This record gives sequence, C-alpha cells and structure tokens, in this order.
Amino acid sequence: MIDLLGYGAFFLSTALIFGLIALGLNLQWGLTGLFNVGIAGFVAVGAYTSAVLTSPDAADRVGGFDWPILAGWLAASLVAGAVAAFTGYATLRLKSDYLAITTFGVAVVVQLVALNAQGLTGGPFGVAFIPRPFASVQSDPVLFNFANLGVVVAVTLAVYLALERLSRSPWGRVLRALREDERAAIALGKSAQSYRVQAFAVGGGIMGLAGAVQAHFIGFIAPDNYLPTLTFEVWAMLMVGGSGSNRGAVLGAVVVWAIWVGSGALTAAVVPGDLQARAASLQIVAIGVMLCLILLWRPQGFFGARK
Amino acid sequence: MQFLLDGLIAGASVGLGAIGVTLTYSVLRFSNFAHGDFMAWGAYAALVVVGFIGGSTPLGPFSFGLPLILALMVAMGLTSGMALALDWALFARLRARGQAIIVVMASFGASMALRSLLEFIFTSRPTYFSRSIQMAMPVGFGVKITADQVAMLVLTLCLVVGVHLMMTRTQRGREMRAYAQNPALARVVGIDVDRVVRSTWVIGASLACASGVMVGVLVQIRPLMGLSLLLPIFAAAILGGIGSVPGAVLAGVIIGLSEAAAVQFIGAEWRAAVAFVILMGVLLIRPTGLFGVTER
Amino acid sequence: MILEVKDLVAGYEPGLPIVKGASMQAGAGEIVVILGPNGAGKSSFIKAIAGLVPVTSGQVLLDGQDITATPAHQMIRRGLAFVPQTENIFPLMTVQENLAVCGGILDRHEVAGRIDEMFATFPDLARQRALMAGSLSGGQRQMLAVARALLVRPRVLMLDEPSAGLSPKLVGQVFEGLQAIRERGLTIVLVEQNARAALAIGDRAYVLVEGREAHEGPARTLWDNPLIAELYLGSKGHAVSA
Repeated sequence: MIDLLGYGAFFLSTALIFGLIALGLNLQWGLTGLFNVGIAGFVAVGAYTSAVLTSPDAADRVGGFDWPILAGWLAASLVAGAVAAFTGYATLRLKSDYLAITTFGVAVVVQLVALNAQGLTGGPFGVAFIPRPFASVQSDPVLFNFANLGVVVAVTLAVYLALERLSRSPWGRVLRALREDERAAIALGKSAQSYRVQAFAVGGGIMGLAGAVQAHFIGFIAPDNYLPTLTFEVWAMLMVGGSGSNRGAVLGAVVVWAIWVGSGALTAAVVPGDLQARAASLQIVAIGVMLCLILLWRPQGFFGARK
Repeated sequence: MQFLLDGLIAGASVGLGAIGVTLTYSVLRFSNFAHGDFMAWGAYAALVVVGFIGGSTPLGPFSFGLPLILALMVAMGLTSGMALALDWALFARLRARGQAIIVVMASFGASMALRSLLEFIFTSRPTYFSRSIQMAMPVGFGVKITADQVAMLVLTLCLVVGVHLMMTRTQRGREMRAYAQNPALARVVGIDVDRVVRSTWVIGASLACASGVMVGVLVQIRPLMGLSLLLPIFAAAILGGIGSVPGAVLAGVIIGLSEAAAVQFIGAEWRAAVAFVILMGVLLIRPTGLFGVTER
Repeated sequence: MILEVKDLVAGYEPGLPIVKGASMQAGAGEIVVILGPNGAGKSSFIKAIAGLVPVTSGQVLLDGQDITATPAHQMIRRGLAFVPQTENIFPLMTVQENLAVCGGILDRHEVAGRIDEMFATFPDLARQRALMAGSLSGGQRQMLAVARALLVRPRVLMLDEPSAGLSPKLVGQVFEGLQAIRERGLTIVLVEQNARAALAIGDRAYVLVEGREAHEGPARTLWDNPLIAELYLGSKGHAVSA
C-alpha cells in the first residue's frame, strides 16, 4: 500500500512534468498556432543548462559551479527561451512550415551537441549527480516522492496560473487574433512577427524549465532522454487534451502518460523478453495512429474547454 | 580528394529525396515529414521483393543482379501505392479542411508510426542487400570508386533527367507546374486536380524509394535511415528553391559535399549539423533558395 | 438557349448565400452583359455558373444538359470556358505553355495546330510566345487568358470584368476583340463594371441587385432605364470617361 502510494506520487510527478512541457507547447501551438517539432531539443537545452550549472565538479567536463537549484531552473528557462527566440526570429517571417523544419533541425543539433560536446555535456554518459531537492529525506522513499511531487505540482500550478492569466491578457488576445485572422497578422506586419517570437520564446522557456525540473527529479540525464519520441509523446498529449486549453494540456499529459506506462507494463508482463523491443515500437505505432485519428475525427481533443 | 566523391554520392541520394519534398511542397503545399520514411519503406520493400525472387549471381562487377533491378521497380510501385493510400486516408481529408499546418502535423504522426512499424517488422538492426565486399577502382587523383557507386550515380542521373524532362516537356508536367502556381486557375483551365495530386505522390514516392535502395546498396538498410536523411532533404529542397527540380538536386549535391567536407576537416560526429547550418544560412540570407522565384 | 440559369442560390458558407436566386439566359452567338452595383454578387454569380462557388440550389443548363454539379475542371470539357478577373495566367510559364496547359482536353495531335491558330488570331502573343507570361502587359495578359479559353473551342465564353485595370484604349481593343469572337458564333457572357463600354457591344443585359436579377432587357435601351440611371448615378461619369 505504502509502495503503491509512493509509486503513485512518482508517476504523477513524471506525468506533470510532461504536462509542463505540454503547457509550453500549448502556448506555442494552441494559442499562437506555431508548429514545433523539436520539443525534445528545447527540453534538453533546459535540462543540460541546469544540470551543468548546479552539479558538483566533474573531472572531464566543465562544471562545479554549484549554483542553487532554483538559479539553475531560472537559467534553464532563460537559455531555452533564448534558443527558441532565435529560432523564431530566423523563421517566423517565412511560411509556417519553415519554423517546423527548423525546430526539427534544432532538435537534431541539440542531440548532436549532447552526444559529442563531451567537455560540456558529458557526451553519451550524460551528467550525473544533479542535486535533487529534498535529498536529505531520500532514505524514506514515500516521503521523498511526495516531497518531489509537491515541488512539481507547485511549479506546474504556477506556470498554469501564469499562462491562464497571460492568455486572458491583451497580449494573449493579440496572439489569438493573429492565429485566427491571417489578414490581421499581415496588417500588423513586423509587430505581429515580434508577438509570435515572444510566444515561441516563452513556450520554449517553459519547455526548458520542464527539462530542468525533470533533470533534478531524476538526478541524472543522458542524450537518450531527448529523442524524437519525446516530442511525439508531448504532441499526442496536447492533442488528446485539446489544443488551446491549458487544462486540456495537463490532463492530456496525465492520461497519455498513464496509457503509455500502462501499455508498457502490460507488454512487459505479457510479451516474452526477446520480443519486447518490437512490442515497444508497436506502442509508438499506436500513438502515431491515434494522433492521426484525433486530427481526423476529434481535432478539439477530449478535455479542452468548450468553445 | 576521396571525400568529394563520397559527398557527391551522398548528395545524389539527398537530391533524389529532395525532389519529392520540393514537389509535395509546391503542389500540395505542405512539408511532408513522412518523406524520409518513404525512403526506408522503399528500401525494405525492395529487400522483401529480392527475397521473394531468390538468389542469383551478381551482374558483372556489381554487388547486385537482375533481381534487385526488378525489385527496385516493384518497390517503386509499392512505395507509390503506400503514399497514395496515406494521402487517401489522411492527407487528402485534412487538406480539404484547408489548414496546411494540420497536414504537416499529420505527416509528423504518420512518420512516427511508419518508422516504428518498420522497427516492429524488421527490428532496428541494420541489414544489407549484399554482404560482399567490392573492389574500388582508382580513377586518378587518389580517388577510388566502386562499380556499385558508378551504377548508382548513373541511376540518379537518369532519374533526375527523366523527371526534369517530364516536368518541362509533357502535358502532365505542365499541369503540375500550373497547379503549383495557381490551384484555382488550374481548375478553371480544366486541369484535373486529383490527377495532379496522384502524379505528385507517385513521382515523389518513386524517387524516395530509389534513393532508399541506393543508400541500401551503398551503405545499409535500417528503419531510421529516412529520419536521419530528413533534415538534409528539407535543407536541400529549401536551398534549391521550393518547386525547382534541378535546384533540389544541385542543392542535394551541395549538402552532400559539405557534409563530406565536414567529415574530412571537422569530424564525422558533426556531419548531421551541416544540413542545419546550411538551412539556417538560407533562411536568414535568401529564403527563396537558389532557384526559387516566389516565397510561399 | 445555349446557356440557361434558373434560380441559382450560391455562396461560400452554408446559410450565407451571396447569389440569392438569380436567373439568366443566353442564346447562340449572343453577347449577354451582367451589370450591377458593387457587392451585388455579379462575380459570384458567374463563378457559381463556372463551378467555382458552391451552389445550394437552382440549375445551370448548357445546351439543355444539366451541368450544375459539374466540378470546375470539367466545365471546359462540357464547352463552358471562364476567364477570371485577376491572376488569369500562369506567370512562371511561357506564353506558349500557358496555351498548351489545357491541351489535355484536346486530342494530342490537335494541340499544336490549335496553338498556331490562336497565334494567328492574336499576333501580339505570337511574337512573345517564348517569354514568361508574367512579363506581359495587362492587356496582353487579358488577351492570353482569352486565347487560352478559346483554344479548346468552347460554346460559351464567360468573362469576369475583362476591362478591369486596363487603359481606355486597351478597353476598346478588348471589346472589339470580343465582338470579333462573337462573329464566329460563340456565346459570350460578360460581367462588367464598365457598363457603357459593355452595353455598346452587348445584345442583352441583366442587372443584378443584392444577388437577384432586378432587370433584363436589350442592351441598347437599358442605358435609358431609370433603374440603371439610379444604380450608376455615381459611376456614370466614370463610365463615360472610361
């Protein structure tokens, strides 16, 4: 029972971190209509920034800055936001497809840097000993998991409330207008582009923050955490939840993560060991098909507020 | 100097892929993220067909025999069929709703599903058309080339010239260009839009298949082969100028050569970043690309 | 009647018709002019006939055959050609290619001959056959669009404001050209803002007001109709000067 509670807290923390990423994506896509296929890249930038700034000295890479965790998170949001701002600046005056292609490229390059810039990122081995909040209670798993959950809930709630406020502010109304009415966007010209860059940057910053929170939650990161599958999962979460709705983004994350973990556990139990890698790819096929079906039949998702 | 030849060959497969992307973009108005997976599916389709036909002796100095040539043609048909089916089931329905970026997203979801389906069927282990080692012939300046490489360069040249002539000299090609320029007017002058859409998919998928088989013959076949070529392909389509077939091929070769140069002078591990650097350069300096006329 | 339109209702969004039950007829070799104030739905009317605006009810008959639900690209095969007001050529193709592009409708070996005939009819275009159509002047573009429509020997030619954006001299040339085309027995349906010039060559005219035809009559007497005088009060002076 106690174990189950601890696992529940762990599961919910992981799911809510995805929810945080989905909130960032919802600002970019749901509110502003900007297509980001490189989510994994922005999450990785945040995770690595905070990890490098807060982790203790390591022999073979830069480090030992020993920043406090919160400072690391702040830096993670800022750096990921800056990368997003540059991406947006370079492409948002062009057709929307170019942004998609460029974000895809950003994810490829971030993955490459994570793998190969060993002096900065630790290469394929990643960064270890990332300080975890509440490390002092680590010996009590249940307490530790719930303390972590508390932190994740607090961050998610803060971002959620801030985004709700933002989307009702004049700034949010402009973004919505730009998405709805291409002519208004053209009439606004340069300033329309700057609004979009801002939205894209803030969304990227939230993704970076989520990456940092996750890094400190697990205590260890490696390039493999940030493969295109991550991008894909977050998209599935937002589409299931209902793009345009912050509540839908968080709920969608929890539901899709539950399906993902549940089907994973099921295949692990049912499928013989040598076929498990195959079963895992079938899991991705299923999510891909689901994403397409939602686009075809229920583009508004399942948990979004009615419009 | 060897790296120039390596770059040319890599660029040829990028260029073949980029033709498909540039045509889909200019005619159907969306960037198809599943295009790389058409390559992988094409390569595996050819592999399966070769398996059906059974073993045979290689032709002359090549590593492959008649079965592969036959399999390539069948696989081009199969890949085209898959692209048409995907269009019917997914893209056409979303296109009819008029939101281009939703189609892009659908192609992204389809890409993930197609790729993982290959991993499911064939596992992620790489496989080969032939495991024989080929002798490389010296051709001067310290450059060596294998018979397979020559064959694939010739194949690329034939396909590119063929598609270019089709686009510029035939009724179907004119209709495709007209539709890309102005879909509404194309309808008015009596162009059958469905036929144009079908032609676009068949050409794009066939070339993707050829490109995948090429990579399969010269390097290896694996489910992720399309994904790793997707960024170079997109970069080539944009660098060449959206809609331009010769531009796509030339840009493909430029990217292949740049990648080979990066491998030679910077390090093989940074190869995948080259396409991104070129892409950013084009978008910042000349978003219409080398041969692009209008920015859409 | 070659072309017969009965109570056509059409619009882009369901429940919001722009054409609200308009009718018209055109006989063989007739030039029919459709007039009306801005926003009367003239352009949507002609586009709905051509299959470019969704039709919710009503009927379009070509030579007695119902062509109402025909897709736009089939219209020209049925014998109904349409020349849009703007963007009516493919700017990145040569003049010759602009003509050849609808060659798919004709027999394969017939295309080259028809293109030559068009060049004989429009010598101005023949001189520029290898140029990109985008480099043509406004009048030449209009000429090219008409030539392309005629290439496939339609029975009815519909034009949406062929005089728009042209200088007075060119307007005269375009309308003379249309008259010459009519001499060959073609039926022409013309939507025009430039009422005076259009009525001068037209046989009959319809006046469209708020999506319905409000008046029909011989073109030459229409100008004296008080309704027209009222509708064109503001633009009459302009029409004269044009």
